[in-house]
Amino acid sequence: MSANVERAVNAFKEQIDASTAAFFSSCVHCGLCAEACLFYLETGDPKYTPIHKLEPLRRVWWSSYTLFGRLASLIGLAPKVTDDLLKDWKELVYDSCSMCGRCSMVCPVGNDITGMIRKEREGMIAAGHAPDGLKGASSRAIKIGSPMGVTLKAVKAQIGHLEADTGMTIPVNVEGAEYLVLMSSMEIMNYPEYLEAIARIFEAAGASWTIASDAFEATNSGIQIGASDIARELVMRIVAAAERLKVKTVISPECGHAYTALRWEGPNLIGRPFPFKARHILEVLDEFRADGRLQTEGFEEDRLTFHDPCQIVRRGGVIDEPRRLIDMVAKDFVEMDDNGRYNWCCGAGGGVSAIEEAHDLKLTAFLKKKKQLDAVKPEKLMTACANCRIQLEEGMEETGMDIPVIGLTETLAEHLKTPETAKG
Amino acid sequence: MTAVDFLAFTRGPLFDVALIIFIAGLAIRFVEILVLGRRRDFSEPRRGGFGSGLRTMFSRTLPETGTMKRAPTTVVAGWVFHIGFLVTLLLFVPHIEMFQAVLGFGWPGLPTPIIDFAGILAMVAMVVVLINRLRNPVMRFLSGFGDYLPWLLTFLPLITGWLVFHRLLLPYPAMLGLHILSVELLMILFPFTKLMHTFTAFLARYYTGAAFGRKGVQS
Ligand code: SF4
Ligand code: SF4
Repeated sequence: MSANVERAVNAFKEQIDASTAAFFSSCVHCGLCAEACLFYLETGDPKYTPIHKLEPLRRVWWSSYTLFGRLASLIGLAPKVTDDLLKDWKELVYDSCSMCGRCSMVCPVGNDITGMIRKEREGMIAAGHAPDGLKGASSRAIKIGSPMGVTLKAVKAQIGHLEADTGMTIPVNVEGAEYLVLMSSMEIMNYPEYLEAIARIFEAAGASWTIASDAFEATNSGIQIGASDIARELVMRIVAAAERLKVKTVISPECGHAYTALRWEGPNLIGRPFPFKARHILEVLDEFRADGRLQTEGFEEDRLTFHDPCQIVRRGGVIDEPRRLIDMVAKDFVEMDDNGRYNWCCGAGGGVSAIEEAHDLKLTAFLKKKKQLDAVKPEKLMTACANCRIQLEEGMEETGMDIPVIGLTETLAEHLKTPETAKG
Repeated sequence: MTAVDFLAFTRGPLFDVALIIFIAGLAIRFVEILVLGRRRDFSEPRRGGFGSGLRTMFSRTLPETGTMKRAPTTVVAGWVFHIGFLVTLLLFVPHIEMFQAVLGFGWPGLPTPIIDFAGILAMVAMVVVLINRLRNPVMRFLSGFGDYLPWLLTFLPLITGWLVFHRLLLPYPAMLGLHILSVELLMILFPFTKLMHTFTAFLARYYTGAAFGRKGVQS
């Protein structure tokens, strides 16, 4: 066994637990998971069947943790994990899986296939078989502090513009603030509206908040590439800043996987519960709404639909919050056919957007969303993830669609009742 | 060996051996799975996982609507087979007597014409399942010996049982002996094939239901 393969096998073994074993033991090859996966449905290629993406992990489970498998491997009959196998599976494990979690919702025997793909990626990267785009993003995240190479200087520049434009002060490193606000690189680079929206909404709500100069980035390439050590270091930066600034709640931005990374994987990566709450911005806004601290005026008149970011909704559990918030500002809100926990992915989650080789495939996968959009014909498309947003915009441009994509948080900010009008 | 000897052998010593392998096999498989354990989850749950896990153990029996639309053959044939098979296995009076002998307790059965019908339904569904597996591109792509063997192991008891019931093909003792033999084959190989999903699927559903449930997502 080459050193590469040995590292992969060890990482797989590290990941395999009772649930993995129960899942592999239960799969009856019914193929229904394929019918839930946009990569299979839009390409029609059976190799994209979700459970098939797990063959390397399955081999290690079978040959190491089952009686027959162990006997078979003793006499050399068990199918082996080889470097070539891992190389071949790279496309299946990364390019063609956005970790959307839809397959896990429909498998009749209840397999959490997505969760296993997350585990499998640990072995893939251990053997070095991860896409270059993700490797680059991860190393930039570790070295520079952001997968897109956004530096503190760039953040400060954005803050400077914002303060000059609005006359508001953006709090940085304020100890004792209630909320620590994180951003995604995409937001810093492409959607500065987000930070402005936060500043205005939080001011109106009378909530104290801060940005941390050493932990402004929420995204976590570590969990996308499947490297727990990288993921841990990135989460730890946030935890350290939150503990130093003694905040009560850390807010994950309009980004899908950042939420999974912080909210659900974070405490497990560092091996202890957080001493603060981890919340998605939509959860916080919904709390403000419930407390009467978020008040809006006026409505979007356009026919509007909402694209559920998988990691926030299906894999995150923030399902009703966006809908309650949309109701505050939209008159003509229509749901797409499959929505909420059964939504269809934009096609670029789970790190796919950072994989150059996956460019064409992710646009093919977008066609699923296109069909959904064609069915409801919205005039505006709202979402709550900067990564989805870029993919939706690119996909629509490629396919000649012209629907503006807007973020939920910034739309709320546009309709914000100013403190004066709210009091009066 | 006469047909009667053969029947006595399958009913007696061979059945005991099959039963022991079946039970020991199940135990081995479950231990294999459970000893792997699961790491503690430190994330703050949105709600308890236990109830959601229990719920998913049952709710996954019904397909999501989109799946039903995209793969009706797989869903419906699968459903009909499972129901037909379970009715025949669990509600046929001679079977219940066998369970009574092994378990020490029994339950009421259904009239034989219903069982006959259920058995036929199960067999027809199994043929559809097989054709579907051979024709559907995804299933054909995924399937191998490990998928066709369990099909055969399940089909044999059904067809032999039906032949016994209608006194067809072979004299009663020989056919019954064959039926019991096919069941024993099923029992012996059960723990080491995909037939295990009969039990592990509930474990799998529980794990997934609980994991999703903690996050506040009904799965
Ligand atoms: S849906 Fe579940 S049981 Fe069916 S092939 Fe996929 S993983 Fe296996
Ligand atoms: S998580 Fe989504 S993209 Fe990945 S295999 Fe499952 S359905 Fe396909």
